[in-house]
Amino acid sequence: MTTRMFGERVERREDARLVTGAGRFTDDFEHGAAEVAFVRSEHAHARIADVDVAGALDVEGVFAVYTHEDLDGGFAEPLPLLTPHEGLVAPRTQYALARDEVRYAGETIAMVVAADRYVAEDAAERIRVRYEPLPVAADLAQAAEDPANLAGRFSEEVGDVDAALADAPHVFEWRFEIERSASMPMEGRAVVARWDDSERRLLVHDSTQAPTGIRGGLAALFGLDIEQVHVVAPDVGGGFGVKVMQFYPEEVLVPWAARQLDRPVKWTEDRREHFIGSNHERGQIHVVRVGCDADGRILALETRFVHDAGAYCPYGLIVPVITAAQLPGPYKLSSYRYEFRAVFTNTVSVSPYRGAGRPQGAFVIERTLDRIAAELAVDRAEIRRRNLVQPADLPYDVGVTFQDGGPTVYDSGDYPRGLEMLLDAVGYEGFAAERERAAAEGRRLGIGLAAYVEGTGIGPYEGAAVNVLRDGTVTVATGLATQGQAHETVFAQIAADELGVALEDVRVTTGDTRRIGYGVGTFASRSAVVSGNAVHMAATSVRRQAQELAARLLEADPEDIELADGEVRVKGAPGSAIGLGQLGVVANPLRYAFGRDATEAAMFARKAYASGEAPLREGATPGLNAVEYYSPRSGVFGFGMHAAVVEIDPDTCNLLIRRYVMVHDCGRVINPMVVAGQMHGGFAQGIGGAFYERIAYDESGQIVNASFMDFLIPYATEVPAPVLLHTETPSPNNALGVKGVGEAGTIAVPAAIANAVADAVGQPVDRMPISPLALFEMLHP
Amino acid sequence: MEITLRVNGTAHRIDVEPRRLLSDVLRHRLELTGTHVGCEHGVCGCCTVLVDGEPARSCLMLAVTADGAEIRTVEDLAAPDGTLHPLQEAFRRHHGLQCGFCTPGFLMTALPIYRDAPAMTDAQLREALGGQLCRCTGYVGIVDAVRAAAAIEDSR
Repeated sequence: MTTRMFGERVERREDARLVTGAGRFTDDFEHGAAEVAFVRSEHAHARIADVDVAGALDVEGVFAVYTHEDLDGGFAEPLPLLTPHEGLVAPRTQYALARDEVRYAGETIAMVVAADRYVAEDAAERIRVRYEPLPVAADLAQAAEDPANLAGRFSEEVGDVDAALADAPHVFEWRFEIERSASMPMEGRAVVARWDDSERRLLVHDSTQAPTGIRGGLAALFGLDIEQVHVVAPDVGGGFGVKVMQFYPEEVLVPWAARQLDRPVKWTEDRREHFIGSNHERGQIHVVRVGCDADGRILALETRFVHDAGAYCPYGLIVPVITAAQLPGPYKLSSYRYEFRAVFTNTVSVSPYRGAGRPQGAFVIERTLDRIAAELAVDRAEIRRRNLVQPADLPYDVGVTFQDGGPTVYDSGDYPRGLEMLLDAVGYEGFAAERERAAAEGRRLGIGLAAYVEGTGIGPYEGAAVNVLRDGTVTVATGLATQGQAHETVFAQIAADELGVALEDVRVTTGDTRRIGYGVGTFASRSAVVSGNAVHMAATSVRRQAQELAARLLEADPEDIELADGEVRVKGAPGSAIGLGQLGVVANPLRYAFGRDATEAAMFARKAYASGEAPLREGATPGLNAVEYYSPRSGVFGFGMHAAVVEIDPDTCNLLIRRYVMVHDCGRVINPMVVAGQMHGGFAQGIGGAFYERIAYDESGQIVNASFMDFLIPYATEVPAPVLLHTETPSPNNALGVKGVGEAGTIAVPAAIANAVADAVGQPVDRMPISPLALFEMLHP
Repeated sequence: MEITLRVNGTAHRIDVEPRRLLSDVLRHRLELTGTHVGCEHGVCGCCTVLVDGEPARSCLMLAVTADGAEIRTVEDLAAPDGTLHPLQEAFRRHHGLQCGFCTPGFLMTALPIYRDAPAMTDAQLREALGGQLCRCTGYVGIVDAVRAAAAIEDSR
């Protein structure tokens, strides 16, 4: 019997090519293509008085120079608004090439296409842009004071917050600030396009998380049939949210230029461009009013917050909506109200980055709990125990609207158990003594706790195409793209189990619209849930086809047919087997032979006719294959609990993480190695968000740290190995019982670190990220 | 300018502009795309190759300065029959990669030191790998892999 693959720690199918340099990333395609350089705005806000491209046209090797006035049709219109929302009062998206006005430093103004990037940059330097500078709003708090900067606002209330605050024995008000950061994948964005004029087809390779959306949008812009456009996301060097924009300017301009010039065109982002031209996230300022009883039970919580939308809001209000919906985390707030304003600033636009508004929410609620605990002298673990949603409360409706527009309903999980596991693993009981011992040696130790609930696996849908090849290989294609999540492995595990084949005999393709035309994309921790269940459905459908057909061939009942070891056979009847690949050939009853097995297929057709049947039964398709779509009714909710023990270096004020424990639950685990990898990676990004990574704008709207020399991503020297513990509560909402895990590791880290640092220094830490300088100033007022 | 680039044991006589980066020439002229470019200012380490046996950032070198040097890239690690180098095998076994973009740089950085890794403390090993950025793994699998590679080699 074939070993069950679901749940096994199997090595990754994608690794062999990636460790040998044989992976293919977007810039690895089309070596001879023309290359693009952009002229990007030097000003954060200005009117464009004139763009003089004459100097660029003289450069040898330049094929074309474009500005907004060269664009035609839909290409000259603003780029799309992806997620409309009733709270948007002034939605604004940018032009692919700026028309009249630029609203952030880095905005694309002119495009040079040349023989290669060196020449394109030579030419771009010769383009003269005359700017008339306009007032700049770079600082969120300041921008929020001007109503003209309002992008949107929204509020919801559960219960009667004002009444509860009026009656609460204790009411506190605190301000929390989270600064701007960014995904920063190691591979920047890249697009390469080839227009085939004789076939009238466009092929685009794009380092995107959502190739199907890019395809649909390009077809619409070009006025082409969808079948004339294909988009492939090949190997993608990390995404973390920033590559799921649909569209960045470059993603429409590069294909447009390829068609204009009738030659392959490529653009590969450099790191400076990534800082000033690819989306950011995180910037929010919350003012919280919270009422609680003498034991620290929250009776009412209100947050009024401003969200930094950046210069445009292509993603509508999605980030603050997620913050608002997920801020309560695993805690039962008797009444809750949020009221946010999304504010335009003259900075790079904001769209989701791993965690997508949740790290801010977790920071706010977890700092609030610690501050209540301090005010009321309640133990910090105890205050969490008293406020947790209990298992008996599930399914639990938070009462506010989730990001997909439906209710926010936690489906499963045992939060109190998670907390106790965490406290046990981190040694919470004994920590007071540990801190005292350290203090006696002149060392400052602190412990911090933080938790989150994460809505994952949102719709609208994903699909999977499963096909059995003649040699028994099973191919699986799904529309979403992969940026390191091991989809080739975990989807193969699901299909292998259902079809009784070895893992090596399953070949998974993601992000290639030539293989499956419909899909949504990789974001919101949704792939394992939505594509995973689609793969399961399609593989189940193929298994049933195989059972039906084998039952006819082997003269048995379909229920008695099993698929195992690459064969289809009658249970308990050795010698009755037919290979899965061979069955696939027989399932295509053609007369002409394309191999030895086809003879049997033709014979099968003859037998069918002889017995008065059609070779293909009604509803059957030739071969063994199926395409199925999974569309969930709602998200599924994973959770986690983090604990950090930190020490502050007295000389450098550097942060030393002494222990870090993560307990988490993502439902049934498909591959524990992959889940651990997601948690470890999320943790590292959380460390960055807690202490190192901050996009720093000056008052004129210029990023002052737009390089890896100054924007500090943690190295191996800054990220310790965390302790990882699991609970496994299957989701009742899908057949596989899985929940997403992609963002989970990141969400609670800044909150846990802030709580630990506050504990170590004995002062509130209400601003993220912290830094050695901030710590120094705290300790030396 | 005419130079000779000796890459993975093969000499290439090529004419390059003096301003071309070694990373660009490896990737786009010789089409050895296993070497990746992550920042072009020498911080991320994705573009690390061996130049005369020492790890070097190919995005900080002009190709002309590598004239005559022996360059080794990730494409040279596995055996001609496809058998993975023990380091590559260790990265696979220990989940030392996710998206795989930083991986060639880590492999080339670890190549001169992996035999010493088992004797290093965790802090020493992390320091040795501390010039390479990875945004996916949190480094756990990478550190484990580099420590395990020598044992994989010895067991073969």
